Amino acid sequence: MTVSANVLAWVDKRFPASKMFKEHMSEYYAPKNFNFWYFFGVFALVVLVNQLLTGIWLTMFYEPSADGAFDAVQYIMYDVSYGDILRYLHSTGASAFFLVVYLHMFRGLLYGSYKAPRELVWIIGMFIYLILMAEAFFGYLLPWGQMSYWGAQVIFNLASAIPVYGADLIEWIRGDYLISGATLNRYFAVHVVALPIILLGLIVAHIIALHEVGSNNPDGVDIKEKKDENGIPLDGIPFHPYYTVHDLQGIVVFLFVFLAVVFFFPDGGGYFLEKPNFEPANGLKTPDHIAPVWYFTPFYAILRSVPDKLLGVIAMGAAIAFLFLLPWLDRSPVRSMRYKGLISRIALGIFVICFVLLGVCGVKPPDGDFIFGLSWKVTGQICTAFYFLWFITMPFIPMFEKTKTPPERLKVTH
Amino acid sequence: MESKMIKLLKYPLFLTCTIVLNVFMSTVQASGGGADLPKAPINLQDTASLQRGARMFTDYCLGCHSLNYIRYERLVADLEIPEALVQKEFIFTDQDIFSQMRISTPKEYSEKWFGVQPPDLTLETRLRSSDWVYNYLVGFYEDSSRPLGVNNTVFANVGMPHVMDNMQKTVSEKKFNAAMADITNFLTYTGDPNKLEREHIGKWILAFLVLLFIPTWLLNREYWKSVK
Repeated sequence: MTVSANVLAWVDKRFPASKMFKEHMSEYYAPKNFNFWYFFGVFALVVLVNQLLTGIWLTMFYEPSADGAFDAVQYIMYDVSYGDILRYLHSTGASAFFLVVYLHMFRGLLYGSYKAPRELVWIIGMFIYLILMAEAFFGYLLPWGQMSYWGAQVIFNLASAIPVYGADLIEWIRGDYLISGATLNRYFAVHVVALPIILLGLIVAHIIALHEVGSNNPDGVDIKEKKDENGIPLDGIPFHPYYTVHDLQGIVVFLFVFLAVVFFFPDGGGYFLEKPNFEPANGLKTPDHIAPVWYFTPFYAILRSVPDKLLGVIAMGAAIAFLFLLPWLDRSPVRSMRYKGLISRIALGIFVICFVLLGVCGVKPPDGDFIFGLSWKVTGQICTAFYFLWFITMPFIPMFEKTKTPPERLKVTH
Repeated sequence: MESKMIKLLKYPLFLTCTIVLNVFMSTVQASGGGADLPKAPINLQDTASLQRGARMFTDYCLGCHSLNYIRYERLVADLEIPEALVQKEFIFTDQDIFSQMRISTPKEYSEKWFGVQPPDLTLETRLRSSDWVYNYLVGFYEDSSRPLGVNNTVFANVGMPHVMDNMQKTVSEKKFNAAMADITNFLTYTGDPNKLEREHIGKWILAFLVLLFIPTWLLNREYWKSVK
């Protein structure tokens, strides 16, 4: 035996290294027909690693105090060698994270990946999404710019809509009577320690749950139904090396796009780095227009669409809560959109258009015009209605539509 | 693989992306703060212009407006101004070449004189846009209703006096605008002094990724060609 084989044998007796590699990589059988949409999970992992590494390095130079935070960020931008690249990797990474996660979730909607037996994969994924939103929110205060400060202020105002305990709750979270250095310090702790730990745990759980039930595929066919004499799914292929090399080329393309933004358009036209954040936080001067970062705007638009503050907050919460219920709302006998009927397809199409439009509404002033004299406010309200309608009507769609019968084996074309 | 790529293009995603991108670009222009302003004629590659801008900033602006994040040594390193010249002509206080370009006017005075503390200008072009800064600098006009006798086309009821009034009255409009463009160019530089270097590195990285795609594509094709 070679030295490396000896070392591996020694380790395997004490730790299931080879066993785990087989289980999750070389003998994890994934369907052969993964398409473009199946890249986004691995892209999310790439962005996660980017956020962790750049985050650790940024922490080395950052100072979480009301007097020092803004200057510390500028110190990174101006004096730390390649500090600007470090920070832009992290700030662009935040936007990239949400972009790939939204596309990853859309894949789930398209092929019914949330349906039994993958309910827990979906629910754990939804928790990842929730923690990711929290992580982004807490991280956004850290540069201590005007938009950091007033964005947080808006969220605190929302929480004040909670009856009876709202005010006390906010004071407890804020650690002060107004957003201050005390708030910044705890946000820093939550952003760099607490939430990343939870996030990592959830991601491991997401993958373990996925590998327990096996990956879904564009046909929504269960590949474990047809196995060969060795118990290997006929339509399955070892994740490693087939999908590792497959994902590798995807990662190179993704990095090209991502790094093109990092190196050439780090501001994202004012959407990745908002202009008012180039001015230090000032509690006495409210910016003209407070808009959340783009990945929150669909939910912000839903909130604004409801005239009552408390009901608005409830609507915003419900918009996310409904997503958790998808595995039970979808009563269609088939998983994939390929075999669902026209109504399901149109419904999903409208839902996606409304979600994107809500995102646009969230950055627009409500009384501005969209098209045909339609104000952004009314557009937001219409889209909010259709957003919820999608969930509410979903259980009834199978009564009215005829589904096609999925094939027994995958349709693989190479 | 080739047919796969063509199939990819058919995906409705690309249609969606185009729509999103279009809406996105229109919002970018709308919220850019400089969409309806004439463009600032600036060029970060023009070192001479940056040098003139730095010199004018030091003479006209640095009395009240700091550049807190820029160190004098960067004028030497990035703008190629000789160190001795920076020592002699740019540093008026007891600061050394490694100091940041701070101001010596106490803020209590400036608040008393102008009503507000003049802001630090390192990030001004990032906050408002280069076009805004240029139009602000060329946008002063006489207005007897204001305490200092001037107003501004892009900053209504501005508190700052027209410090370049003398220059504007003595040189041609073309020369004056060019001088203001130099200052704007310099402030665009201070807003992101590593921009050119970052973009230079970026080009190499993107070129590397294009090359890296070739072996990864071939590797993937090699593995998958026998898969039925």
